[in-house]
Amino acid sequence: MQDVVDFLARRWPQLLELAVEHLLLVLTAVVFATLIGVTIGVLVYRSPPLSSLATSVTSTILTIPSLALFALMVVWVGLGDRSAIIALTAYALLPIVRNTVTGLQEVDPAVSESARGMGLSARSRLLRIDLPLAWPVILTGVRVATMLIVSIAAIAAYIGAGGLGNWIFDGLARRGSVVALPLIISGTLGVVLVAFLLDAFFILVNKLTVPKGLQH
Amino acid sequence: MEFMIQLEKLTKRFPGQMAVDEVSMDIPEGEIVVFVGPSGCGKTTTLKMINRLIEPTSGSIFIDGEDVTHMNPDKLRRRIGYVIQQIGLFPHQTIATNIATVPRALKWDKDRIAARVDELLELVGMDPDVYRDRYPKELSGGQNQRIGVARALAADPAVMLMDEPFGAVDPITRERLQSEFLRLQDEVQKTICFVTHDVDEAIKMGDRIAIFGDDHKIQQFDRPETILSNPENEFVEDFLGSGAALKRLHLRRVRDVDLTSWPAASLDEGRDSLRRKLEEAEGYSFLLLVDDRGRPSRWVSSRDLDRSGEDMSDRGLPAAALVEPQGTLHDALDEMITSNVGCAIVVDKQGVYQGVVDIDTVMTAVNTLREELRGRLAVGSWHAVPSEAVEEARS
Repeated sequence: MQDVVDFLARRWPQLLELAVEHLLLVLTAVVFATLIGVTIGVLVYRSPPLSSLATSVTSTILTIPSLALFALMVVWVGLGDRSAIIALTAYALLPIVRNTVTGLQEVDPAVSESARGMGLSARSRLLRIDLPLAWPVILTGVRVATMLIVSIAAIAAYIGAGGLGNWIFDGLARRGSVVALPLIISGTLGVVLVAFLLDAFFILVNKLTVPKGLQH
Repeated sequence: MEFMIQLEKLTKRFPGQMAVDEVSMDIPEGEIVVFVGPSGCGKTTTLKMINRLIEPTSGSIFIDGEDVTHMNPDKLRRRIGYVIQQIGLFPHQTIATNIATVPRALKWDKDRIAARVDELLELVGMDPDVYRDRYPKELSGGQNQRIGVARALAADPAVMLMDEPFGAVDPITRERLQSEFLRLQDEVQKTICFVTHDVDEAIKMGDRIAIFGDDHKIQQFDRPETILSNPENEFVEDFLGSGAALKRLHLRRVRDVDLTSWPAASLDEGRDSLRRKLEEAEGYSFLLLVDDRGRPSRWVSSRDLDRSGEDMSDRGLPAAALVEPQGTLHDALDEMITSNVGCAIVVDKQGVYQGVVDIDTVMTAVNTLREELRGRLAVGSWHAVPSEAVEEARS
């Protein structure tokens, strides 16, 4: 344990740097996944067959072992952050698509009927009524997706992306040496820390973006 | 007569099922027409075809003389107020934003919208400064229903469609909302189609009533008093149910009868003066006390006045059983039965005491209604009237 503390005392600036990389990797993927996932959700939610198709496809992606998907990305796109972001985006889709569909389907039919009955166009119904009402549910999906890919992102180091996975893989490569365990433990702690930060961030986003009339 | 809404052989067939079968109807400007009938008779489908939430299979709809059967439905709907039972306020928007929905869609400027929102809140009896920035979940069911009506009136549409608007509130609130709405209608004079399954509500609210039958056609479309006294066929008769005499009380408003003036005095008048007043009021065993704003407060008897002390505010019985002038005699009778002293107290919009309605007033009104009916039947075509109706009118 003393090893880990000493190690961190020496190397914390580097840890911080890796944590920021990790955070950016995850956030970039989440932003893409949100844009794509919400769009898919909006397109399919009115049709039950399309909705279940979208959910099954995105959940199939999740069943692909992460190492395998990253390996495929190296073949198709090459080494580096770009591959990692594409794979992470794909993993993040399921919770976002599913919650977008659920959120939109759960809008009170009376609200939809009165919006239609007052002559709001399809576009303003979606943007001003349906999406704001579904937003708390969508946001929960985004948050779950984020937690999911925070840990998967550690593996992205294997294909040359940045982030805390680099220390974990370093430790693995140097097993037997004194720094192996401190590297792995510090890397793991860093991932947990990033997850905490992101969770706190989502509590803030929720406060700022969920309409006051919908908050408890 | 100007017709605001005209339906021509309006028909809706759902796959394998008839919903509305060639309904034709002319609705005069400024009247409330109630669609009533058993469930599945097509009354709601007919209503929803007027703003094309349901597209007709065939037939035409005219509003203010213009054929709207094929116009852009969103544009059409912005000209028609729409109120539904579940209200459907937007929970994520403030009351003001909810009310502003149609004006915003019509691109009114900000100041005009803000002024209109305040005006409408006043109109439905809610203080703009208190409620403007609240959210629907912070309001009671009755208040939300008022906002629903205000939202429908926002862009001052000539036509309003109301689908069981008071169906989801408790009976006391419903009665109050009905009376309030009638008072509102006196001011705004809209042409209104109103769906209900409740015959009593239909008689109270309707200038005319359209009774829909199981065959998805209109069985009778006429003024309530005519329908009550002269039902077109057996279906209508069954649907109206028994107690036609009692239902007729819905047709007389409190403001149309002579009120009895019950001896009243002020709460802080002093015990001696009150006692003297009660003694002078022969035949009355209670005195009605009103507060400093003239609103009924307590009923006191001579025994209550015998107790020492000058504070009257918790003596005797609370003065409940209030009706407003636009309430019906049916409402008044209802209140009267539950009242402590056997009469309903009439108050104006501000709650100020106007007089009372007692059982004699109701009996007089029943007799007058019967006289009127007898007169009409005598001059009308005799043989066309079912014999029961004549019997009833004569009795």
